[in-house]
Amino acid sequence: MQAPGARPPFDLLGALKDAGRVAAVVALLTVALLGARVQDASSGPPLLFRFDDVIAAAALAFFGRLGVALLRARRALPVLVGAIAFALGLTAILLLGTAAGGGEGAVLARRILPFASPVVNWTLAIAAWIMSARAAWLLWHASESTLDSEAREARMDRLGARIQEWARLVGPLLLGVAVVLPFLPGIDRRLLDIAVLVVTYIMLGWGLNIVVGLAGLLDLGYVAFYAVGAYSYALLALYFDLGFWTCLPLAGIMSAFAGILLGFPVLRLRGDYLAIVTLGFGEIIRIILLNWYTFTNGPDGISGIPRPTLFGLPFTANPAEGEASFHSFFGLEYSPLDRIVFLYYLILALALVTNLFTLRIRKLPVGRAWEALREDEIACRSLGVHPRNTKLTAFSIGAMFGGFGGSFFATRQGFISPESFTFLESAIILAIVVLGGMGSQIGIVFAAILLIGLPEVFRDLNQYRMLAFGLAMVTIMVWRPRGLLAHREPTIRITDHPSHGADPAQETRA
Amino acid sequence: MSVLRVEGLHAGYGHIEALHGVDIDVAEGEIVTLIGANGAGKSTLLMSICGNPRASRGRIEFLGEDITRLPTHAIVRRGLAQSPEGRRIFPFMSVLENLQMGASTTDARHFDADLERVFTLYPILRERRQQRAGTLSGGEQQMLAIGRALMSRPKLLLLDEPSLGLAPLLVRQIFSVIREINVRDRVTVFLVEQNAYHALRLAHRGYVMANGKIVLSGSGQDLLANPEIRKAYLEGGR
Repeated sequence: MQAPGARPPFDLLGALKDAGRVAAVVALLTVALLGARVQDASSGPPLLFRFDDVIAAAALAFFGRLGVALLRARRALPVLVGAIAFALGLTAILLLGTAAGGGEGAVLARRILPFASPVVNWTLAIAAWIMSARAAWLLWHASESTLDSEAREARMDRLGARIQEWARLVGPLLLGVAVVLPFLPGIDRRLLDIAVLVVTYIMLGWGLNIVVGLAGLLDLGYVAFYAVGAYSYALLALYFDLGFWTCLPLAGIMSAFAGILLGFPVLRLRGDYLAIVTLGFGEIIRIILLNWYTFTNGPDGISGIPRPTLFGLPFTANPAEGEASFHSFFGLEYSPLDRIVFLYYLILALALVTNLFTLRIRKLPVGRAWEALREDEIACRSLGVHPRNTKLTAFSIGAMFGGFGGSFFATRQGFISPESFTFLESAIILAIVVLGGMGSQIGIVFAAILLIGLPEVFRDLNQYRMLAFGLAMVTIMVWRPRGLLAHREPTIRITDHPSHGADPAQETRA
Repeated sequence: MSVLRVEGLHAGYGHIEALHGVDIDVAEGEIVTLIGANGAGKSTLLMSICGNPRASRGRIEFLGEDITRLPTHAIVRRGLAQSPEGRRIFPFMSVLENLQMGASTTDARHFDADLERVFTLYPILRERRQQRAGTLSGGEQQMLAIGRALMSRPKLLLLDEPSLGLAPLLVRQIFSVIREINVRDRVTVFLVEQNAYHALRLAHRGYVMANGKIVLSGSGQDLLANPEIRKAYLEGGR
């Protein structure tokens, strides 16, 4: 432990070498990504080399890394000066560029700016501002010693606990926003579509959270149950002409059944082994759907899946003869947006059902047994918990919600094919659960917004989009290795003070 | 009437046999202790009574019923509770949730009374009931493990080294509670201990185990007075 305020020795040469190495790595990576661009052969050479981007990226990485090293060694002043100068300059040029419109200033600004994409430039400016703020903070609090990783982890833990505390307020607030979202000003069809997508993934995340977060069973094939749900609805509609509301529970039951079918033989496996088997199951389902051409239509998929109705009222512009549609029944002007709004509320309701179910079952013996099983299976057995049956309930209930989600997906798209149910889907849903903090309901909401919403919003980023996705994942895992909001809330809260626990019967009723 | 009877029990891990024909008999209302050196097979015996590892030969009877081939959870549901080696509490769950897990097999109507009983035995657990179990001290965790086992209203309580790693004062407290459980709640106790002095003073009868076999048995007092026992387990120890 160093004395407060004492500065650790700073190895300038080492830091320079380190920054150089980082810059070299960045240059190597960006040469392929940014340095060469394929273009139409008729207008010049087929490959256009643009090394200015590479040089800019490498230089920025060099100075950024050097700045971080200086900050670590508590040499904040040079960083403060450099970062503020850079941030000010970049922000000024960016503002100038936007303000000047298409004028000469804009052309000049564009020439000076490090990258072509405004989003990247703004991100850079924000990063520079953050660095200056950090340097300034260090200068102000020069007397405090730096936290070691353990203390930082503890502090983040407390932060997580506090956010969970806020979640009691944030939850209803988010819910309120979610309910009025379609009627907020500035919400157009595109944003609403993104919202539907995000809520779908929130629901799937909550469903998978039962399996992974509560019961601790690593399931890499969750998409299989999603697919079973989607195909259950599509095939029932195709062969038996059943509507969405009849098929929704049926699809849930089918998926739960698929969960039991898979779970029964494999749930004796643990950890990595279980993960591999579930991964295999996900692929098996997809390959069956792909190859059973006579039944599932194979790679051509199933189209014309009926849209959902509101108590029998379809959302069509021209309903069939003698039938009312939503707008004619309520005497409204037909709007194609109605259907999207309805879909949004449908998935919101499904997601809320999933959430309420999870919150409720955590307080019941079976939910508690799931969490206990995750922590110590041997102890559970010695307390009389039947491990396989308990895991099976978690697995099948999680699968059921996946099935609901799948049905919704089918009815939203109107067309499904095995291509929608690849391993990538499982990976994304799992990433949402893990990044959110295993078992944290509100964390999953944030993670879904971050992982699904942001890439959609940042479609302008084009080729950088997946880069931003990866960056978000890496950042979360570095700062919050146990997930955004990894803090387990006890299922029972006792409000009075423990010293006068006069009526334990009252308190312990969960 | 004997609550637990073990006859010619052989058990082990893989190809290595740890128990070579063990006979134990625990009568109703008794505290019986099993002492022995590290690696003698004490914990293995306790675990294989619960079916993990399974007995390869021999017979285990609980309340006159053959439980040798039953799965663990089924054995536990017949009224046998274990506070296993290493305590095995659920560290991320609260103290109260740990105790609720202990009551998995019983009628929910007993829960409040049973909880009150455990809190009377270990008042510290009442204070800490909202706390994450992993943040308890070693002694408190041991109390929680015993309390959790008691929540299932067992007829027979198996304890594996409840004094392990505890300060002398806490050891005395743990043992006095075991006696209270035995006398007041008439729970039969089968106790595995390294702390031979305390265990033999507490127990009605004792078994001494070495290399997977019972080598000596007798009343607690007799064993305490036995010069061989004194030499092997007590002198310099205590």
